[in-house]
Amino acid sequence: MQPTTTAPVIEFRDVSYSVAGTSVLLGLNLQVQSGETLVLLGRSGSGKTTTLKLVNRLLSPTSGEVWVNGAPTADADVIELRRSIGWVIQEVGLFPHFTIERNIALVPKISGWPASRIRARVEELLRMVGLNLDLATRYPHQLSGGQRQRVGVARALAADPEILLMDEPFGALDPLTRDELQREFLSLQKSLHKTVVFVTHDLREALRLGSRIALMEAGRLVTIATPQDFLQSPDPWAAAYVRAFKDGLEKAARNRQRVEVLE
Amino acid sequence: MNVFHFMLHNHEQVLELTAEHLWLVGISTLLAILIGLPLGIVIARIPRLNKPVLASANIIQTIPSLALFGFLLPVPWLGQRADRLAILALTLYALLPIIRNTFTGIRGVDPAVVEAGRGMGLTDSQLLLQVQLPLAMSVILSGVRVALVISVGLATIAAAIGAGGLGEFIFRGLAMVDDQVILAGAIPAALLALIADFGVGWVEKRLQPR
Repeated sequence: MQPTTTAPVIEFRDVSYSVAGTSVLLGLNLQVQSGETLVLLGRSGSGKTTTLKLVNRLLSPTSGEVWVNGAPTADADVIELRRSIGWVIQEVGLFPHFTIERNIALVPKISGWPASRIRARVEELLRMVGLNLDLATRYPHQLSGGQRQRVGVARALAADPEILLMDEPFGALDPLTRDELQREFLSLQKSLHKTVVFVTHDLREALRLGSRIALMEAGRLVTIATPQDFLQSPDPWAAAYVRAFKDGLEKAARNRQRVEVLE
Repeated sequence: MNVFHFMLHNHEQVLELTAEHLWLVGISTLLAILIGLPLGIVIARIPRLNKPVLASANIIQTIPSLALFGFLLPVPWLGQRADRLAILALTLYALLPIIRNTFTGIRGVDPAVVEAGRGMGLTDSQLLLQVQLPLAMSVILSGVRVALVISVGLATIAAAIGAGGLGEFIFRGLAMVDDQVILAGAIPAALLALIADFGVGWVEKRLQPR
């Protein structure tokens, strides 16, 4: 899909990370190519969020190096680095005391954009993520979960970063809203071609959004494959994950039938 | 003769003592904010310091106020003027609620919000000024409110060392065994406390983040 000759945008070189003697991440080697959506899939505690935070140096590796845009992050100006990377987390990350407009304008503002350019950009972004311009002056708590998450995406895109890090951004949403936002993410990504690292524990979301899926388990990268290959992966962990999802659906359906019979 | 007659009759003195009282309370609370707010911010950032700082402020709080006034009396520059001394003592008492509330206010800000800010590339000072302090403001203000109300009450005792304020009436009334004179000091002091409480409460509500 992407030419192997170009340098990866993000690269993990034998990265380990431990906190208070406990290893969270072990010898991770990973490359993220320009324009792809790499999904980090795995259960809670598998190290996916840690991996994400190592990219924008919210965490620093215990050993190994993380490279972003051809330079080790350890050498980068951390503030500059973070401003050049969009960061989307679950809805709680919006500033509750900022209006939607100020939330979205955060990075442009601290980067010193002129006010007129910021205003134009905010409008552009609100439209881009499908939000009504009237919402600009509201506060986060006045919005629905889906709307808040759109604001989160708009905020991350504000300074037009090349890289987007998304940490279970749609995890707290109801299935319908999640479906809608996933669809919009795909169409946005079609026009924006950002380099995205997307964390989720939802296999379906991973299959739908990822150009490649990296499965993590207990701090290790277990397997990495395209969605098609992932479903047929011989790797036992991947197979277990796929089976759990299939079983889950069938079981739910069976239980439902049982309830109906009882009634 | 009723209290209000007495107060009306001596209205100049009531006003003068009220003004003195306000001055003692105002200056000391201001000083306590100037010292306590930065201290609270520092201990919120350096967890190692929070125990010793809060414990010291706590200990000060336990010293009986008359004793504290007495302790400070022999201190050279301070002891020369009673109001200096009173202001220092009141400042010390006001520190605890301000330091503690600044600390708990900042610590109480949703860590996800702070991390989001950090991840967006806010510098430490931007994070503090734009996120942590505004979100902690109502908690900090309720600390200021407590400090003010405590100070208004404690400042009456400052009259014992000759620092003036509404305590003058109270002590004079005690000496004369005259309830009216006591009340002439106590009523305005109680009103000041109520006004301070209400006023800061109002500001607090206006600044509510949501």
